[in-house]
Amino acid sequence: MKHRTFFWFILPTLSAMVLFIALPIVSVFIQSLFVQHEQVLVVSESCGPFGCVEETQVDTEATAKLREERPLGQFNGLATYFDRSHLASAEIAEVWRTSTGLSSFIDGIMDLKFYKALVFTLTYTFVVTPLVLIFGLAVAVGVNNLPKAFRGVAIFISLLPFLVATIVGSMILSWMVDGEGIIGATLQNIFNDPSLSIKASTPLMWIMLMVYGVWHTLPFAFITFYAGLQTVPQDTLEAARVDGANKWQTMISVVVPHLMPLVSFVTLMLLMDNFRVFEPLVSFQAEAHAQSLSTFIVSDLREAGNPLYASAGATSMLTILGVVILLTPVLIRTWRDFNAKVH
Amino acid sequence: MLLKKVALAGAVAGLMGSTAFAADCGPSGKSVRILGSDFPAIQAVAGAAEANCAANAGEFTINLRDNTRDMMNQALTPNPAEYTSVIVANSTLTQLMNDDLVRPLDEYVAKYGQHLKPSQLITIGGKVMAVAFMANSQHLYSRTDILEQAGVEGIPATVEEIVAAAEKVRAAGIMEHPIVMNMKVGWNVGEIFNLFFFANGGELFKPGSAEPNVNSPEGIAALGTIKSLLEYSHPDHLSHASNETQGLWEAGKAAMAVMWGSRGGAVLDDEGSSDEVTSNTVLSAAPTAGGGSTPAATLWWDGVTVAKNIPDEDAEATFAALVSGLTPDLMDEHNDKAIWLIDGFRAGPAAAGVAATAAAGAKPYPMIPFINLMHNALGSELVDFYKGDESAEEALADVEAAYRTAAKEAGFLQ
Repeated sequence: MKHRTFFWFILPTLSAMVLFIALPIVSVFIQSLFVQHEQVLVVSESCGPFGCVEETQVDTEATAKLREERPLGQFNGLATYFDRSHLASAEIAEVWRTSTGLSSFIDGIMDLKFYKALVFTLTYTFVVTPLVLIFGLAVAVGVNNLPKAFRGVAIFISLLPFLVATIVGSMILSWMVDGEGIIGATLQNIFNDPSLSIKASTPLMWIMLMVYGVWHTLPFAFITFYAGLQTVPQDTLEAARVDGANKWQTMISVVVPHLMPLVSFVTLMLLMDNFRVFEPLVSFQAEAHAQSLSTFIVSDLREAGNPLYASAGATSMLTILGVVILLTPVLIRTWRDFNAKVH
Repeated sequence: MLLKKVALAGAVAGLMGSTAFAADCGPSGKSVRILGSDFPAIQAVAGAAEANCAANAGEFTINLRDNTRDMMNQALTPNPAEYTSVIVANSTLTQLMNDDLVRPLDEYVAKYGQHLKPSQLITIGGKVMAVAFMANSQHLYSRTDILEQAGVEGIPATVEEIVAAAEKVRAAGIMEHPIVMNMKVGWNVGEIFNLFFFANGGELFKPGSAEPNVNSPEGIAALGTIKSLLEYSHPDHLSHASNETQGLWEAGKAAMAVMWGSRGGAVLDDEGSSDEVTSNTVLSAAPTAGGGSTPAATLWWDGVTVAKNIPDEDAEATFAALVSGLTPDLMDEHNDKAIWLIDGFRAGPAAAGVAATAAAGAKPYPMIPFINLMHNALGSELVDFYKGDESAEEALADVEAAYRTAAKEAGFLQ
């Protein structure tokens, strides 16, 4: 394709990407560099149905004037990135100085919410992603080997977890494993322990979140691999069979290499999605046991009432950075494969 | 004191209850756009305003939804604002005032508010910023039949009595987890701390400053008190908010609960529960703790505000419409839907808990600009303590550190 043609061809997509992806990211980055002006406070009496008290209020006029002069707030540089809610450099130095050994150092780090969330998010990503790849492929091969008459039904059933909205699916499961729900109450009966609760135990909660993650994203991997299986060249399969390869050997040496580009694609998508895990944490009410960077962004923007834009912005930028780091090995691999094919 | 007021007001209302009330809706043909949380009392107030004044207004819209606090500041920031009025509570008025989004109401009160009681006016720095119409607080719910069966005499009045009663219920083999409270991670965990911190005599901030003051003997005492209750509460408590606790109560799975007064009407009505539960449920004052006299509760009000960034005449029409509904007629129709602050309220059994809690001297939820930041820090950092991963001192030190980080970003601390 000529460069000129290519340019006009890509222009609509490119401009949409600049407008809706690049510019917002730049704006988020700029916001993350500023914090609010020093608030001008006044003490005044406030009265209501329950009597009067002396309370501090914001002097709105004085604060508005400050805001008008410099609408973005006070420049704070990258300090927000290194504060206690994010990379916590000062706190880590402190933990390093006071810790007595490896375990107390780890305890100290795990007390910082950013690292706690990172540990959960990475565990979730690296457990769910390979499991989804393996089970997705297994289901795809299974369905592909079914007699034609059953395939339609099997595909439909396998896709169901994907069709149920995340929030609905996890809500239903959350109610079922509740201490008062069918699974939770049955477990309590079986083990005869009324204090047994999935929602009260961090390890059980993590396991449930990951099981849910696998269940929910499996169909995506399945349907992609199933589509790929339709394109496996029949003559290669035939040749393998003639050479005496059994089903398993054919699978490993013919089918999987053929599907490799799809595996890279699915891995990329899964890594990105899993690193930003959010809805299951909300609907399982798992905040006590598992947080992710996404839940921090939401709580900075919503829970605080008056949003903490700098903090939310910094967390967003760190999330993007995390995704980039995760994807780099896969991207490098894809790039190498591509070059190898060209030459 | 409030009990007396309520009783007195009831008597007055009896005398003037049937007075016909012709609504004065202010300038005609203006735009009235109301935003509020979706619960029965607010539905009643907004509905009355619409019935009285929709004909007089050029535009009259009501938007009642969940989680209004997440979007009210954004909705009122543009000029003209999305809504001419937001129905707020203590903490959300602070949130709006922090960004200077609501206007003083003094001139409108003088013109349209003759029927309002002075105590309904929320006055800050000498200016009326909101008009309250209902009160709310947390308090104790007890199942008298279960307590009796376990050999507990009377209704517990202190945390120590609640714990002792819970032990008796457990020992009698009636229930393993007789206590429920709203301990969902986040806002609810923060609020429960506030209750028992105030009951133990704590102050969240050093006087006259934004410096945190929770890592104190009172803070440690508060956590000890809460932990003693959690020994007897449902194992899933860290995921329980009002809907879950109300559900457990109505299903007869609890003997004592610390829940919101505003749930009283729904608990005592004939829906969602059995007669055994409703007829034996008694609402009483929030408990005291550690030998103190302050009930473990925060007092809340809900009230109407008027947006700042709107034309003056829209503001006037909005105020007139909303206060036109705050009359004895409204209460005659909706008496059990709220603990009304309106002149002439007769406290029924559903209001008994809040009235007793207020009368016993519970503290109002503070209207301080940085309170939300502290509340969030408490809500997220205390969880490690409740899960048993941290000591009370460590958890409270974490709260202060998290609060400082947020307060610095918001410009309250340097």
